[in-house]
Amino acid sequence: MLLKRLTEASGVSGNEKEVRDIIIEEIKDHVDNYEIDKIGNVIVYKKGNVKGPRLLIAAHMDEVGLMVSDIDDSGLIKFIPVGGIDKRILVSKRVKVGNKKIDGVIGAKPIHLQKAKERKNALDLKQLYVDIGTYSKEETEKLIKIGDYISFDSDFREFGDNLIKAKALDDRIGCALLIELLQTDNEFDIYGAFTVMEEVGLRGAGPAAFKIEPDIAIILEGTTCADLENSDTHLQATRLGEGPAISLMDRTTYFNKELRDLLIKVAHENNIKYQYRKTSVGGNDSGTIHLSKEGVKTATISVPCRNIHTPVSVINKSDYENAYNLLQASIKKILEGGIN
Amino acid sequence: MEFNSDLLKNLVKTFSPSGNEERVRELIINEIKDYVDEIEIDNLGNLIARKKGSGKKIMIAGHMDQIGLMITDIDKKGFLRFTNIGGISSLLSISQRVIFENGTIGVISNENVEDKNKLKLENLYIDIGAKDKEEAEKKVNVGDSCVYLSEYYEEGSRITSGCLDDRIGCYVMIEALKRLEGTNNDVYFTFTVQEELGIRGAKTSAYKINPDIGIAVDITGTGDTPKSKRFAVGLGKGTAIKVMDKSVIVHPKIKEAMVNTAKENKIKYQMEVLEYGGTDSGSIHLSREGVPSGVISIPTRYIHSPNETINKEDVENSILLLKELINKEFNL
Repeated sequence: MLLKRLTEASGVSGNEKEVRDIIIEEIKDHVDNYEIDKIGNVIVYKKGNVKGPRLLIAAHMDEVGLMVSDIDDSGLIKFIPVGGIDKRILVSKRVKVGNKKIDGVIGAKPIHLQKAKERKNALDLKQLYVDIGTYSKEETEKLIKIGDYISFDSDFREFGDNLIKAKALDDRIGCALLIELLQTDNEFDIYGAFTVMEEVGLRGAGPAAFKIEPDIAIILEGTTCADLENSDTHLQATRLGEGPAISLMDRTTYFNKELRDLLIKVAHENNIKYQYRKTSVGGNDSGTIHLSKEGVKTATISVPCRNIHTPVSVINKSDYENAYNLLQASIKKILEGGIN
Repeated sequence: MEFNSDLLKNLVKTFSPSGNEERVRELIINEIKDYVDEIEIDNLGNLIARKKGSGKKIMIAGHMDQIGLMITDIDKKGFLRFTNIGGISSLLSISQRVIFENGTIGVISNENVEDKNKLKLENLYIDIGAKDKEEAEKKVNVGDSCVYLSEYYEEGSRITSGCLDDRIGCYVMIEALKRLEGTNNDVYFTFTVQEELGIRGAKTSAYKINPDIGIAVDITGTGDTPKSKRFAVGLGKGTAIKVMDKSVIVHPKIKEAMVNTAKENKIKYQMEVLEYGGTDSGSIHLSREGVPSGVISIPTRYIHSPNETINKEDVENSILLLKELINKEFNL
């Protein structure tokens, strides 16, 4: 299954090759042109009879993770975060280290040895280490080196009522949507961009948009979901199973109203379930895309992800399906002249 | 020169939170269309009006947007929750009235807490007088924006109103354009969008125009109120020529040209060194290969409140400086 392969591949920001290779394998027979640009984005053009404004669909390939920063004398690995990681979720997780994907676990001082005061606080990065089963610095150095990437080790699994658990659903879910779109024979004339380094500051999308020069862009994302806690409705960014989330505003973009209204109209016309992304925190590739060159009208369609940026992100398959339907129908409308 | 109160009144009462600048843009187009050679609206919604000339390409920028609130949720009882569009403070928002594009009026209040200083925006709500969600949704939808309701007040040389940031900059540009008898320079009057969200509209419009020189027209604070933060700019002390703020250090030759122009034409001015804040020149001067840029500032008290206060003579001096600057021969 495509999403299983995509999420089980490692692609921490700056190290997207494994994901990129899968994507190229999947799309190469379905597009008219594809290239890897200078910083690693995959830029795609698919010719079609349904032609309108220059339309870009973008999803980022990278995921949050860790990087080896030092190796201590006992062979344990110290690390730094790459992208926004909550340090409190790290302890006791399984990881893969380096290109050889050496198995490791994130450890810390056992509870028996912690003083009462220590137990009250979340473990700091300084107190955590990755153990790859070695006893000395020399042994570790034979297997990995400083600068190697560390990604979560978490398998793709379907569970419960139509749910999926995996790592890196932000934003392999967007990559999956874009791949499926490109593989479908829908006659749309579109550009696609699978971008690098979104999680470290929307970096890949800028050069991609600069090159493509789109009039309109739709960004596909996995987004924050906060429907579990007992909180007021206005504090729930999105809810699982309520359909794809349409963004209003985030820290990096005030989304184009005309485009947003078009998505909503399309959803109503086609009876596609949708919700608004109710929070204005966070950002995505739209932040750099919409300010590229002379400016680009942008919208974001997101699949809600519980436990985002952890090894156990959870999505609902129906949200994926509704996101795909909304994307497909919206592209048709845009290319047929729905936006001035 | 007669102060055009009617124009300023119309500008400030027109709804224009960031991302929703259509109405002010229409108003400005109607006001300037007979005075310019070309008018264009770009992808982000910036209004670019060109007055042709053979000299240097000058981009004049003032932003059309104002701070506001966006509705993110409507609860079962019909109360609205919101997020900020630009620099909205929770303390200042409590007990304000707000107005939506369709004229719906609401009041902002807060959940019951012991210490109001600790209130965050997520603890505030808007009451539009609806009895439940269904009734509220007849007037307002999630994604709609609103702004503080304020009344324009003018007496003597003083004007108090909401959103003088930066409708007064738009006003200065419009008035300077109208008084222009002709220009040697190739001038692009650019009315920008989304300045309050991080100087966004100026970035794409500057890329499109590719100017030789950039001049922003925007408000600045003052340091002349009781126990205010130390700041040399004061109300009624003339137009303010910016030296620097958080977003830009003004190009020395532009600064010099502005000061010389003011002196030659006996325009009352003051120098502005601002430790915080930013304006459209912050984006313009970093566009493409770099653009020497400056800022004409209008001193303003109580910024981002419904009671922004300015002095008419400062405004007049800003118009004069801009008009003279437009016709200047620049040697960069």
